[in-house]
Amino acid sequence: MDGREFIVRRIAQEFKTGDVVNLGIGMPTKVANYIPEGVEIILQSENGMVGMGPAPEPGKEDGDLINAGNQPVTYLPGAAFFDSAFSFGIIRGGHVDCTVLGALEVDQEGNLANWIIPGKMVPGMGGAMDLVVGARKVIIAMEHVNKKGEAKILKRCRLPLTAQNQVNMIVTEMGVMEVTPEGLMLTEIAPGLSIEDVQKATEAEFIVSPELKVVFGDQELAA
Amino acid sequence: MCKLQEMNKALEPLKNGTTVMIGGFMGVGAPHTIIDALVEKQLKSLTVIANDAGTPGNGIGKLVENRQIDNLVASHIGLNPTAGKQMNNKEMAVDLVPQGTLAERIRAGGVGLGGVLTPTGLGTIVEEGKQVIESDGKKYLLEKSMKAEVALVKAHKADQKGNLIFRQTARNFNPLIATAADYVVAEVEEYVDDQYLAPDEIHLPGLFIDAIVLSKKNDAETC
Repeated sequence: MDGREFIVRRIAQEFKTGDVVNLGIGMPTKVANYIPEGVEIILQSENGMVGMGPAPEPGKEDGDLINAGNQPVTYLPGAAFFDSAFSFGIIRGGHVDCTVLGALEVDQEGNLANWIIPGKMVPGMGGAMDLVVGARKVIIAMEHVNKKGEAKILKRCRLPLTAQNQVNMIVTEMGVMEVTPEGLMLTEIAPGLSIEDVQKATEAEFIVSPELKVVFGDQELAA
Repeated sequence: MCKLQEMNKALEPLKNGTTVMIGGFMGVGAPHTIIDALVEKQLKSLTVIANDAGTPGNGIGKLVENRQIDNLVASHIGLNPTAGKQMNNKEMAVDLVPQGTLAERIRAGGVGLGGVLTPTGLGTIVEEGKQVIESDGKKYLLEKSMKAEVALVKAHKADQKGNLIFRQTARNFNPLIATAADYVVAEVEEYVDDQYLAPDEIHLPGLFIDAIVLSKKNDAETC
């Protein structure tokens, strides 16, 4: 299991049956592949649907049916379609239980930067600002450090923010951190790593949960 | 009153410099036949309000590549590298708006509201130059409503009254923009000229629609 699969598998354990979930583009989309058996979540897509299903078989794509990342999808029995204002009403109105998004930077205050690198990358915020403000729980799925090996979990975000103080949980290949009133807290650590390993890869100050667990420590995982 | 028209007649109110809202999400639910006609008409200096800049060679992407847009208001331009280049070269001004805020500003424009109060964008560069208003102890940004001279809508079905039914995720911004412009053209795949759509199934009442044009591959007779 590579780091990215580790991350999305761990996040997939956060849901319970009936949760309305919006998965961001890229790695977060893959969380849907690892939802535990017996748990049925409802996927919301901000371009206007609930009840989104998996990608269609090749040749069965429908030109009117995509996810927010412009990929062909299907809809499940019980799905519904609606316009963009209604869709963001669902999001901003607190009717989405959880959103999972990637990040360029996240900090110990729960601030998130994931939409712009001035002078380099300007794709636009799309629906990310609304999702992060509106969803009841915000989980960040990302690799612990960037491609240059630099920390992405910072004392204070340096890039322009997507939203202030909205992140609840960060899941990386090194473990799980939660933003708590006491500060950023390491609650789970990847098998084989020490707290020092995590500290070296993290700029933010964090506290260690007195009940620190090993990720997947209580279950057998098929390799 | 018959609203079905030849393309040229339907697009007569569009001039160089017109402010136009265009439906669609990454080209899904965009009025492709109308966009092709706009490329042919070679209108210049348009202000376009839409979710995104389309993708290369697709949807609004064609107008970008043909350098017909001076100002673009959108939530996302990342899937069209030409739009990013034109923005960086200052050939096209791009105003990035959070997707939910864009939808709601258009909705507000269509329903007679001066603006909306949203938590989206607080503490980010979206807040710059905007009024922060406190209501019941919570902070919000005042986002002003938005209108346009023309809206170009794509629907699945229309009847002779202009009543519209959209299909799946092709609905997105289409019903919203139809309410917020002085003149509205709907491109439709199916035109029901000998009967009316069932009133309970209509997504948008025909009173908003000034002209209907047909998507390519449809040969119903215009009036």
